[in-house]
Amino acid sequence: MSIDLKTIKHIAKLSRISIDDKKAKELEKDLNSIFEFIEALNKVDTKKVDPLTSIAETSLKLRGDEVKTKNIREQILKNSPDENKDFFVVPKVVE
Amino acid sequence: MSDIINLTLSALIDKIKKKELSSQEITNAYIARAEKSKDLNTYITTDFENAIEKAKKFDEKANFDYKLPGVPLAVKDLFCTNNLKTTAGSKILSNFIPSYESTVTQHLWDEGAILLGKLNCDEFAMGSSNETSFFGNVESPVGKKVVPGGSSGGSASALAAKLTPATIGTDTGGSIRQPASFTGTVGLKPTYGSCSRYGIVAFASSLDQAGPMTQDVSDAALILDVISKYDIKDSTSVNFKRGDYFKSLSSNIKGKKIGIPKEYRVDGMPKEIESLWQDGITLLKNLGAKIIDISLPHTNYALPAYYIVAPAEASSNLARYDGVKYGYRSEGENLISMYENTRSEGFGDEVKRRIMIGTYVLSSGYYDAYYLKAQKIRRLIKNDFDEAYKSVDAILTPSTPSSAFKIGDKTDDPVSMYLNDIFTVPVNLSGLPAISIPAGKDKNNYPLGLQLIGKAFEEQNLLNISYSMEKELSFKNNLQDWWIK
Repeated sequence: MSIDLKTIKHIAKLSRISIDDKKAKELEKDLNSIFEFIEALNKVDTKKVDPLTSIAETSLKLRGDEVKTKNIREQILKNSPDENKDFFVVPKVVE
Repeated sequence: MSDIINLTLSALIDKIKKKELSSQEITNAYIARAEKSKDLNTYITTDFENAIEKAKKFDEKANFDYKLPGVPLAVKDLFCTNNLKTTAGSKILSNFIPSYESTVTQHLWDEGAILLGKLNCDEFAMGSSNETSFFGNVESPVGKKVVPGGSSGGSASALAAKLTPATIGTDTGGSIRQPASFTGTVGLKPTYGSCSRYGIVAFASSLDQAGPMTQDVSDAALILDVISKYDIKDSTSVNFKRGDYFKSLSSNIKGKKIGIPKEYRVDGMPKEIESLWQDGITLLKNLGAKIIDISLPHTNYALPAYYIVAPAEASSNLARYDGVKYGYRSEGENLISMYENTRSEGFGDEVKRRIMIGTYVLSSGYYDAYYLKAQKIRRLIKNDFDEAYKSVDAILTPSTPSSAFKIGDKTDDPVSMYLNDIFTVPVNLSGLPAISIPAGKDKNNYPLGLQLIGKAFEEQNLLNISYSMEKELSFKNNLQDWWIK
């Protein structure tokens, strides 16, 4: 099985990564060689095998819904890529 | 001063406790050496001024009850540090300052350790040579233009070059053990669930695990004592009874049963690796262990399964980097193009490749063929180990299929780079603990490592076996300090 250029562009779209034609061609080559390597798995019959979804087979522990860290609003907002006072700013979404 | 940097972590602690050395003397010695070692490019961010201040404070009111009293340490830049830039080796996080501390680093500071700075690594821990970092390649002190391995390459290089007495890394497919093997140091990946993942920049959540990288096995036990703790903040943290690893170290391994898996004898494996392994087997026999031939029949499928599971989880984990709340942002005419440009410019090639693989294997119509298939293979690989552990206590293998290679040698072919982790990946897929210890050198005088794989939560056993081997191996790196300016 091989992944064509159209599929590469579709995956890029799903991944929210913009790529140009040159990059798409590079990725087509890389991904095909990686998937060729992955195809080895088809040799194994796994019909009767249960998938392993988690190594630590523990049940989720509940904890109280308590505020543990306080007054870090400014510290968090400082990481915002766009200048602002109280909000995270993104390009206009609603016309 | 040269005496200080030549001490192991446990020897250093001993001197601090006997008041023969102060935290300031030690901290200054490591900082001075780091200043002269910039060519290795081990640090992404240094925090030297604060470190000196903290050392001074420690000396003024020294508490010798701590496990790491006034010891300066540098850590991999994948651990979030409160108020100090944490980049994960990526452009997309190049300006990110966390408002919280990772649990494992917090444990270090709570035991008196002092942060020196943040060490270089492959971008989002995706790489086996530290060549995918946005902040540039790291050179290994074992040779000019030689890779330190990856992804904890900065950690391994800094440790081997004596820029930090010990360090911690993370291991998703071999990222602690492979660089340890390449640099002649000890690297331990604990059982999945031993060390909290809280505050570690996530790569593949079902595989990621933090662990010690140290000069010797005792130091690894010491660091493990500090960082292996149950944490309510990590839903996969396991509340098991942890040992007193350092105090319980014993070199008596008489009667231990060690498995030798025939599937690890791969085609094209260099003779020197083959003989290193054979020497390891002979050594264990001489130490009174019983050698048993075993089979792990699905070994060959571990790497392909890993390259489905890890990218799938990564594509999901890295969806959060969208340029909205933190990190790098590129402009776009609308929200979607802002996302796309941000991620295109913010991620490097290897990370983009893995996000794309992950997105593909999880996309509609392909889930069963790839992701579900890989999880089933993962079960078979774990079953292999479970079966083997009915007759053995631990398994001995080489850590890597080759010694360290030159910068640029494998960057053009992703699959040849991935093959580096052929012996380490099955361990992560099965959640088991494993340690790499330096055991010899190749013809270029580059270090070679042996890996011991243990039963889940039996780190003590693993530490004891490697401790007893280390005593007999008496490995020395004998580096010539060629990089010092």
